[in-house]
Amino acid sequence: MQMSFQFTILIPLIPLISFLIIGFLYSKMSNKLAGIWGSVSIFSSFLLSLFTAYRYFFEVGRVNGVYPKILGFDFEWLRFSDSLSAHLGTLIDPISVMMLVVVTTVSLMVHIYSIGYMKGDRGFNRFFAFLSLFSFSMLGLVLSTNIFEIYIFWELVGVSSYLLIGFYYEKNSAVAASKKAFIVTRFADLFFLIGILILSFYTKTFDFISLTDPSNIAVMQTGSITFMGLSVTTWALLLIFIGGAGKSAMFPLHIWLPDAMEGPSPVSALIHAATMVVAGVFLVARLFPIYALGSDQALQVIGYVGAFTSLFAAVIAMTQMDFKRVLAFSTISQIGYMMVGLGVSGYGNEAGLGYMASMFHLFTHAMFKALLFLCAGSVIHVVHTNFINEMGGLRKHMKITHITFLIATLAIAGFPGFSGFFSKDEIITAAYHNNKIIFYTELLVAGITAFYMFRLYFRVFWNQEASYEHKPHEVEKTMTIPLIILAFLSIAVGYIPFGNFISSDSMPLESHINWGVASASIIVSFTGIIIAWVLYKKPSNLPERIVSSIKVLYTWAYHKFYIDEVYLFVTKKIIFNLISRPIAWFDRHVVDGAMNGIAWTTSWVSESIKGLQSGQLQKYALAFVSSTIILSALLIYILLNV
Amino acid sequence: MGKPIRITLKQANDMMGGLALQDFLVVSTSMFFIGIFGFLTRRNLITILMSVELILNSVNINFVAFNYFLHPEAMHGIFFAIFVIAVAAAEAAVAIAIIINIYRRFKSINIENVSEMKY
Amino acid sequence: MEIAASKVIFYIIAAAILFFALLSVTSKRILRAATYLFIVLISTAALYFLLNYQFLGAVQIALYAGGIVVMIIFSILLTSHAGQKFEPVSRLKFFASLLAVLVGWALSLWVILSHPFVASSKEAVEVNMDSIGKALLSYDRNGYVLVFEVISILLLAAMIGAIVISKKQPGDGETNPDNSKTSK
Repeated sequence: MQMSFQFTILIPLIPLISFLIIGFLYSKMSNKLAGIWGSVSIFSSFLLSLFTAYRYFFEVGRVNGVYPKILGFDFEWLRFSDSLSAHLGTLIDPISVMMLVVVTTVSLMVHIYSIGYMKGDRGFNRFFAFLSLFSFSMLGLVLSTNIFEIYIFWELVGVSSYLLIGFYYEKNSAVAASKKAFIVTRFADLFFLIGILILSFYTKTFDFISLTDPSNIAVMQTGSITFMGLSVTTWALLLIFIGGAGKSAMFPLHIWLPDAMEGPSPVSALIHAATMVVAGVFLVARLFPIYALGSDQALQVIGYVGAFTSLFAAVIAMTQMDFKRVLAFSTISQIGYMMVGLGVSGYGNEAGLGYMASMFHLFTHAMFKALLFLCAGSVIHVVHTNFINEMGGLRKHMKITHITFLIATLAIAGFPGFSGFFSKDEIITAAYHNNKIIFYTELLVAGITAFYMFRLYFRVFWNQEASYEHKPHEVEKTMTIPLIILAFLSIAVGYIPFGNFISSDSMPLESHINWGVASASIIVSFTGIIIAWVLYKKPSNLPERIVSSIKVLYTWAYHKFYIDEVYLFVTKKIIFNLISRPIAWFDRHVVDGAMNGIAWTTSWVSESIKGLQSGQLQKYALAFVSSTIILSALLIYILLNV
Repeated sequence: MGKPIRITLKQANDMMGGLALQDFLVVSTSMFFIGIFGFLTRRNLITILMSVELILNSVNINFVAFNYFLHPEAMHGIFFAIFVIAVAAAEAAVAIAIIINIYRRFKSINIENVSEMKY
Repeated sequence: MEIAASKVIFYIIAAAILFFALLSVTSKRILRAATYLFIVLISTAALYFLLNYQFLGAVQIALYAGGIVVMIIFSILLTSHAGQKFEPVSRLKFFASLLAVLVGWALSLWVILSHPFVASSKEAVEVNMDSIGKALLSYDRNGYVLVFEVISILLLAAMIGAIVISKKQPGDGETNPDNSKTSK
């Protein structure tokens, strides 16, 4: 039975059209219309995505035991030669369908939420236009059929992210943050580009279906060519991973994500928590067969980078005072988890547990992290500050926000019964089977996660009530409804038998909870929660005492281990002084100097001969007459001497 | 010299008592350069216009002399002279209109004052 | 005797032309300069009469001497004070112009005197009002009707142009009441 998936092209196109309409009718549309229009179009994409998922998993189902990869739509865009052409289209397979659902769900929630959140903002229509643009880019990215297409959408999400981080462009910090995000991710994309060029050069294809087909020998043959001790495949895959690390804020390219919190909170929820930042994970997952079968080293690198990043970000998250920055570091940490999941995974059967777990975590994380950010948005919307030490006791004023935030916190902390528990537990289990160092690291990170999330929770919603300028109140309906839906999802999605849908080789994968590992992680989580409860439920000076006892460590973590400063040192002191300045000097004095010299000479010559244009008719006439006479004399002389 | 007569060049030379084409050309050339000298040295726009008339006139003499001495079988020189006179009349009319306009604007027709079109 | 007479008459006319032309471009009084120009133009007409071109001579007198010089005198009266004297030209300008003119003059004279002019040996035509009028309006090989038409359009255009240019614009010449008399 061949089912048609042609309609999937509409899923990204609807937001694009919405972007164009809101963009072109920018000043003509009322805010309400723009908001509703954007939400309705993403809602139709959402419905289409659900329909796609239903049709793909239940109507098409497994063919020969695996879920087929289906080209829903294919269009030859550019034809370079017979063997080389760029296609645009939609690829339907388990992870793209899953991503469709994630992106459209979160995007829909964020759209609805933003109607309330952005109310009265001058840039309301602009905001919705950009949201639509982002939805288009992200949906295009997950549906890409080939490397070429994914690269286009990869850059498009980068641009949308840039536009939305710099949304409050009157604020210098927002402008700086948007530039930083753009430059860092763009820098990483350079490696991505080189990586895909190498990969395509050796495999002679852009197409994901043929690239990721395990039986495709051409792909694997590249492993025999080596460069500096590593196979070309490994190089290509590592370079691609750097691109993914840039988007997914892996250490050491994570520096842009905390600053990206300058954007409006719904943007943080959509782009910098749920969708765009997992693009790197998605990319690795998309090319996973090559990683798993082609290069062990690359996967190990991914695993270690993921593990280190998750620990590193979690430690920083414990010390931050800015509500959204805590969440940002938490996001980095959780994406580290996903990377770990991929890194410790093998291909096929039980070995592929990590892959499945990683995708599962991506799915659940999108829900609860979006919820956390939206809650943060509500809180900030109400109390007009980002700093948690200026908050406290909000549970009495914002009941819905409080409950939903608690649910999300429990989910991310891995509390049994919540979605985060299932997915995180599977990653830890996969790590346990594969690599003990990573396993212990992740276990520790689970505890730290529980601690800093509950620190946030207790500090904001319990503790001593801070003095507010305006009395806090619950936010309006358009904002609370998405919170409730996402809270429901944060619990419910954990019970999806995920292994049935997504696994490394598309075979069904039964996952069992390994109670030994699970109890360890539960104990660690509880420890974290209890410590947070002790320290932050009631106002006390205990945190300060602890801080002062480990002053140095705390300061380092508070300053994010000075990574930003290192970057500044490298860029400002080394690159600027040693490379840019000489080039700038050369440009200013030699290149510009030559140009200025030409201009100056011209101007000098003009200045000195402009006296000839005296406006005195008779001078002109004299010159004319004399010249005529001289020319005539010359002519006569020449004619006589021929 | 009253009644019309047919003449050839030889007859003409005879009739003119040995006067040659060159005699006329010397006169016209001298007049031409006198005109140019006036054009170059005069300051008053009207006197410059007068110099131009001198130049035109000298050219007319040339045409007529060429017609008379070199091509008596045709009347091209005469017609050229007539047309030059017509053009000179048109030119004088426009030039004087411009001069009067300049006088209104600058309160002077000294050419050295009319130098708006400099650098 | 007739031969000598023509020659004598020619030299007298030539001398008059050159003398008064020189006076015309050097005279310090503008009205006198115009008068000298008038004499030059009349003398030129005399030259035409000498060559037996009565019609051309008549046109010269009527148009140049009668029309253009009168127009020039009118404009002089409109723009200059009677008896106004010119300041002498600057020395540099004077000598530069003189040099250029003398060189050009010498060059031209040398060319004219050294060039062998070859005359046509064909039968001469009769030049009188009748033949001129017919040629002016004929359109065969030696006809000038096209040029005649073009000239008529040129004269019309010049007439309109002159009127438009010299038309007094509102506001002109009212700022300085001293000049309003002369600019009328």
